[in-house]
Amino acid sequence: MSQRLVTFDKIGIEFGGRALLNNIDMTINEGEIVTLIGPNGSGKSTLIRTLLGLQMATTGEIIRNQSLRIGYMPQKLHIDPTLPLTVKHFLALVRGVDKKQIVPTLEKVGIAHLIHSQVHVLSGGETQRVLLARALLNKPNLLVLDEPVQGVDVNGQVELYNLIEGIRNELNCGVLMVSHDLHLVMAKTDTVVCINQHVCCSGSPQHVTGHPAYQALFGIPGADESIAIYAHQHDHVHDEHGSILSEDGDAHTHCTHH
Amino acid sequence: MLEFLIRALLGGLGVAAVAGPLGAFVVWRRMAYFGDTLAHSALLGVALGFLFNINLNLAIVVLCVGLAAVLVTLQKKHIIATDTLLGILAHSSLSLGLVAVSFLDNIRIDLMAYLFGDLLAVSQTDLYWIYGGGLAVLALLVAFWKPLLAVTVNEELAKVEGYPVEAIRLLMMLLVALVIAVAMKIVGVLLITSLMIIPAATARKLSSTPIQMAAISSVIGCLAVCGGVWASYHWDTPTGPSVVVCAALLFLIAYTSPLKRRIA
Repeated sequence: MSQRLVTFDKIGIEFGGRALLNNIDMTINEGEIVTLIGPNGSGKSTLIRTLLGLQMATTGEIIRNQSLRIGYMPQKLHIDPTLPLTVKHFLALVRGVDKKQIVPTLEKVGIAHLIHSQVHVLSGGETQRVLLARALLNKPNLLVLDEPVQGVDVNGQVELYNLIEGIRNELNCGVLMVSHDLHLVMAKTDTVVCINQHVCCSGSPQHVTGHPAYQALFGIPGADESIAIYAHQHDHVHDEHGSILSEDGDAHTHCTHH
Repeated sequence: MLEFLIRALLGGLGVAAVAGPLGAFVVWRRMAYFGDTLAHSALLGVALGFLFNINLNLAIVVLCVGLAAVLVTLQKKHIIATDTLLGILAHSSLSLGLVAVSFLDNIRIDLMAYLFGDLLAVSQTDLYWIYGGGLAVLALLVAFWKPLLAVTVNEELAKVEGYPVEAIRLLMMLLVALVIAVAMKIVGVLLITSLMIIPAATARKLSSTPIQMAAISSVIGCLAVCGGVWASYHWDTPTGPSVVVCAALLFLIAYTSPLKRRIA
């Protein structure tokens, strides 16, 4: 029986009198991959920052399991170019790190050869893997990944998602992932939660992507089983997403607007 | 003659040795202007020290830390842009210091020495302060190296991993204030930050790890002090500015020489 790691209980956040998030309920269990999607400015990052303790909730509360230990992978890594820093030194900064774990962790994320590279010269995908390694070195039972595939090409994205799933299978940790990309959501994501200031809809990806016509849409050779297209339809309009097919018949429930 | 030269050298080397590693942090954290602001306020500390008859170094440290606290509070309120805020505080505290000094009728202060430093007038007591303060700063840097660096690299990651980010930031300011108090005698309030920044910037070209950069900036700072004292002795130039000119020359040499920047 997997235990519950985090419960968001009616979380609301206001900023300068403006409501960013409203009445968010969500749970993450051990061994579960939860993907948070929503358009830009929908409050995904704010919600994650609240979980991390970087931001206070205005209303509601976050109930954390006593065993909760978070490994956080930020969206981007900006390190001042005047600061010379190798991957090894960057990873050694993890609080209370066991330095013997650095090499095995780098091997796990597939970049052991970069251990002596400067962090400034890494490519987008390499940087994400370094950040993932740093999150893992914190010995987490919950990985919080803020747009883990940002700046990575499609093949790289598939690899990264596979890697994350592999890590989940190995460690049986929970994973909370943010994505604003509606097209690529892992086929093996257990739960998709779509927010736009409130929880719009949630459920298993199979449930929300049920329509075969949508699955025929993506065409990455050899990647058929590892990604799925999440068809995102609402009875209300979110702009910027005109590219999503607007045919009828999606299976999941909608929220209603007043 | 030799004795005061040796004291000057010892004082300068002591200051340069600590200013180097701390300067690296100032450069990494983009605190150069912040350091300048604190340094400018040091003169006010001197005036207050004379006025209330307390130890000058102590007065400077207290004032700098106080000002740093004010700065951080104002910064959080987002009233005006940080660089504007720093500009206002730097120059008004310097002016306030100059005005305050002019009120001290019964004490004659060598203003130039406080503005630009007077290395050749370093006394035995000054040396104790420099080495005592310097060792304290170095000890703190070594003891808190990892948290300081972690917070500098990425504050959010550091916070999530459980580092006490606020306390570390405060420690950083305290260290800068300490170095300013200790270094004022050597290069004066107007030039202190240069002794932190220029050697660190020069060292960047020659290093590939943070520790290397900190150590190399110490060495470069010491070289600059030696060169400055030598020039000052030979050509009778003002010591503080000579040290800074020397540091700037080393910077130029490092960045114009065909050495490849060690980044890969």
